Amino acid sequence: MKLIIAYIKPERLNAVKQELYSREVYKMSVAPALGCGQQKGYVETYRGVIHEVNLLKKMRLAIAVNDDFVEKTIEGICAGARTGAIGDGKIFVVPLEDCIRIRTGERGPAAIG
Amino acid sequence: MDLRKYMMAAGLLAGVALCADGGEVASPATLKDVEALQLNLNIVWTLLAGVLVFFMQAGFAMVETGFTRAKNAANIMMKNIMDFAVGTVSYFLIGSALMFGTSAAGFIGTDGFLMRVFGDPADWNWTFMFFQTMFCATAATIVSGAVAERTQFRAYLVYSMLVSVLIYPISGKWAWGSLFAETSAGWLESLPTGAFCDFAGSSVVHSVGGWIALAGALVLGPRIGKYKPDGKPRAILGHNLVIATLGVLILWVGWFGFNPGSTTSGIGDIGRIAMTTNLAAAAGTIAALATAWLLLGKPDLSMTLNGSLAGLVAVTAGCNSVTPIGALIIGAIGGVLVVLSVLAFDRLHVDDPVGAVSVHAVNGLWGTLACGLFNAEAVLKMGDASTGLFYGGGFGQLMSQGIGALSYFVWAFGLGILMFTVIKKTIGLRVSADEELKGLDITEHGNDAYAGFQIFINE
Repeated sequence: MKLIIAYIKPERLNAVKQELYSREVYKMSVAPALGCGQQKGYVETYRGVIHEVNLLKKMRLAIAVNDDFVEKTIEGICAGARTGAIGDGKIFVVPLEDCIRIRTGERGPAAIG
Repeated sequence: MDLRKYMMAAGLLAGVALCADGGEVASPATLKDVEALQLNLNIVWTLLAGVLVFFMQAGFAMVETGFTRAKNAANIMMKNIMDFAVGTVSYFLIGSALMFGTSAAGFIGTDGFLMRVFGDPADWNWTFMFFQTMFCATAATIVSGAVAERTQFRAYLVYSMLVSVLIYPISGKWAWGSLFAETSAGWLESLPTGAFCDFAGSSVVHSVGGWIALAGALVLGPRIGKYKPDGKPRAILGHNLVIATLGVLILWVGWFGFNPGSTTSGIGDIGRIAMTTNLAAAAGTIAALATAWLLLGKPDLSMTLNGSLAGLVAVTAGCNSVTPIGALIIGAIGGVLVVLSVLAFDRLHVDDPVGAVSVHAVNGLWGTLACGLFNAEAVLKMGDASTGLFYGGGFGQLMSQGIGALSYFVWAFGLGILMFTVIKKTIGLRVSADEELKGLDITEHGNDAYAGFQIFINE
């Protein structure tokens, strides 16, 4: 079991969801986040003063998957989130020790479903 | 004695001293004095009403942003504030002349550009033109809601100028030209079936704005993600229904200047007109609530808010001529109509984020026609002849209303389609897909309306 954490551009969220759905990955959680990587930030103006934004708005997806779904999920996220421009984001694959479904008490790969 | 008694005594003595000066007695008020007082009363009331109508700009801004997404909030604010600024200047330079200049065939004005028509610095017409400018700006700002979230800002500025320079003033003359002078009368004011009745602008202001809004929504197309691949509509939730409600309440308050102010006189009728306005708004609210509750299962706030506005728009034409019961019925039907219309336009794939077309075009039309049914000037002992079908006036008024409503539709919708299509083919009308997804605030303006907030962009 793995936990896939992805940071993507907010406006790509819908595209990523559609790509995941088409690969039969339906379960996920989404949270807003601020982040930066190599991107130097973009330029905004406020009342005539230019200021650089270094922590940019991103979306953080967390998807728990069984091992056979890992590659599909990564593919789906990349397909939806890739624009070619700097700031597309990153995906982290983290080993998951256990997963419990609260409603039924199931544990392990069966709980991920 | 204490200070108060001392001051009263001093005042009394001063008064006696003044009166005793020369032994003159104040002359009785002459007719001219009374007329001058009435004129000043008219000016005071009309100006105050004009300021209330200006405040409606804030109402429109709040409603439109409340019903749309946070990522486009600054853009909506820009559109609303520029509507007013561009409208004011355009109307001053050109629009007011086309609307109130000497008429050519009752169709268009031919003089008075740059408002060079008044000599006296205290002339009534300064106030009159201020008032009329507010109405022009109201018509212009209706469209920003229907074309929200996907229109290029510069395209919108072009539209805004054209509506205030050309579209609104010319059709405004048709019904309201003679308010300024007999020589500027419009052709709808002298129809053989009876003068067209549009007291405060269901057609002149709201239908014109509404039909242009429909044209804009059609030429633009729906927002990305509004319709699923199978054609079913998706809800794109407004980001702040609290501010939308505030907007509706501000509009409701402003309407107490919009309708009663259209008397442009400080006379007793303003109270009655405020009553009919309020009754229609309340009836529209309740009727929309009931309709939405019935059809959608829950008492929906956004539909209810649209209902209040629908009632207000619907009574705007007849507010001076209908009975209170008539106002209630007109408002109630408006409330039902707006809910059905919103659902219908959604099904027809016309994406109208705030329901502008349903509120202003559909109810502007209904309000205009309603005069033909509900006008009751004879019953209200108003002396004028305008009486609708339901009060024994026959079909004459209804026919005039129909002719007028149709003319406004053809004019506003036709010119709207032409204008937006030309804009689309020249400077471009819609933003790119990427810009639309990122949000117009950051892409069009480089501004962030909600800096410091985390906005959830879901589509």
